[in-house]
Amino acid sequence: MPRIYFDNAATTKVDSRVVDAMLPFFSDEYGNPSSIHSFGQETSTAIESAREKISGFLGANDPQEIVFTSCATESNNLAIWGIFNKFKIKKKKLHFITSKIEHPSVLQVFKKIEKLGHEVSFIEVDHDGIIKLEQLRKEIKANTVLVSIMSANNEVGSIQPVEEIGEIIAKEKIKRQNKELPIFFHTDAVQALNYLEINVAKIKCDLLSFSGHKIYAPMGIGVLFIRKGVSLEPLMQGGSHEFNLRPGTSNVPGIVGLGKAIEILDSEKEKTISKVKKIKEKIIHELKDVKDIRFNGNPDKQLPNLLNISFYGAEGESILMMLDMEGIAISTGSACSSGALEPSYVLTAMGIPVEWTHGSIRVSLGRFNSEQEVSTFVTSLKQIVEKLRQMAPALKQ
Amino acid sequence: MQYTEKLIEHFKNPHNQGDIKDADAVGEVGNMKCGDIMKVYLKINNDKIDDIKFETLGCAAAIATSSVLTDLAKGKSLDDALKISKQDIVDVLGGIPAPKFHCSILAEEALKKAIENYKK
Repeated sequence: MPRIYFDNAATTKVDSRVVDAMLPFFSDEYGNPSSIHSFGQETSTAIESAREKISGFLGANDPQEIVFTSCATESNNLAIWGIFNKFKIKKKKLHFITSKIEHPSVLQVFKKIEKLGHEVSFIEVDHDGIIKLEQLRKEIKANTVLVSIMSANNEVGSIQPVEEIGEIIAKEKIKRQNKELPIFFHTDAVQALNYLEINVAKIKCDLLSFSGHKIYAPMGIGVLFIRKGVSLEPLMQGGSHEFNLRPGTSNVPGIVGLGKAIEILDSEKEKTISKVKKIKEKIIHELKDVKDIRFNGNPDKQLPNLLNISFYGAEGESILMMLDMEGIAISTGSACSSGALEPSYVLTAMGIPVEWTHGSIRVSLGRFNSEQEVSTFVTSLKQIVEKLRQMAPALKQ
Repeated sequence: MQYTEKLIEHFKNPHNQGDIKDADAVGEVGNMKCGDIMKVYLKINNDKIDDIKFETLGCAAAIATSSVLTDLAKGKSLDDALKISKQDIVDVLGGIPAPKFHCSILAEEALKKAIENYKK
């Protein structure tokens, strides 16, 4: 049975070209890049070449603005805790701004900071899952040190107005000159990198996170862009690696793979965008006549590879498991799929009624999907939803 | 979160799934907001459950626990059926992930409610 992978927002397959680029760095070129001998110099050169590629891709001023981490969760933690720990010494209550729909690696850090006695504003989103810019503007206070808003959401794919936010923060920075506390802007660009123009000069962000495993590089490698002049407190102690910001022996194969993945992404971005767009349109077209269905988010303000669909009266986890039995992988925002039995906080923040969030699935496309997969997927999905609805007690809407 | 093979088997091919048009008693628990709804139909003869069927809206664990419940209850006297506990259901499945334990509570409650309704 040929399997269909429609869960690219969870992780992507490693591109074989990335694997080929990485292979020499396991057993042929294995020196510790911190070593002065030739073994170390070879891997050190490979790391710096990847750093330059990534720096160029993001439109950074200097490759030294690119810091390698183990994943985007670590990058997000380093960005937020890094700023927090740098400025908390002033013994003042600090204020942070984020949104209600951030990834847990951002949200939970801010919840912790709140518990430590500081203030955090969680900006609301509209029905399309887009943050309320006016609310964000109004929340900025004299003690706001960091604004962290994702570039695009991982569950519904809603694209956030990061360039506008960057502009707001840039103006605030001018006002803050000679003031005690600076203000910084961080964006989690994990889901956006493949499909949006992510340029740190245009976004005017000070910090930007992403990971390898969403862009066809392996798991275990991430990046934090840190604008020159922004000083962070590291999360760990133990070495001078990564400009004293992230101690630990570099993950050389991961970094080399990430460099290659960025190179491929850069050259194939447009092609992939038009491919996933077509697949997405086809799925929407073939599903739109299904009874009691809703497409969450606004396709015009959504990543081209992502669909979030709700079926009334069919539970998301059951849909996921039945699709899996037919070799099709998707994910769900159903309460039953979360350990906490809470329905998706993203869909809830968008004002989607809970009866609909229980029956939500996320379909995320990628480079290796094809239009031919759509009919198999849609046929199975329709049958499964019908079967589950048959099994359910008669529902009143 | 890992399901047992037994649970997946019951989810794939649930036993006694459907409704009984001329049921002697019906019990329904849960609601759309909590995400799980279970409805149990009973055909009762001389205080014995002759036939039982279920309808469930919910996750794999909810469907599998409903299926096991009907297996356990079929043929039992009403008094014995009332003794079926959530642990009995979980034991048949060979365990259930901790966050899903509430599904087995729902199954037990649905049956109890149906029997209560009958006795009313």
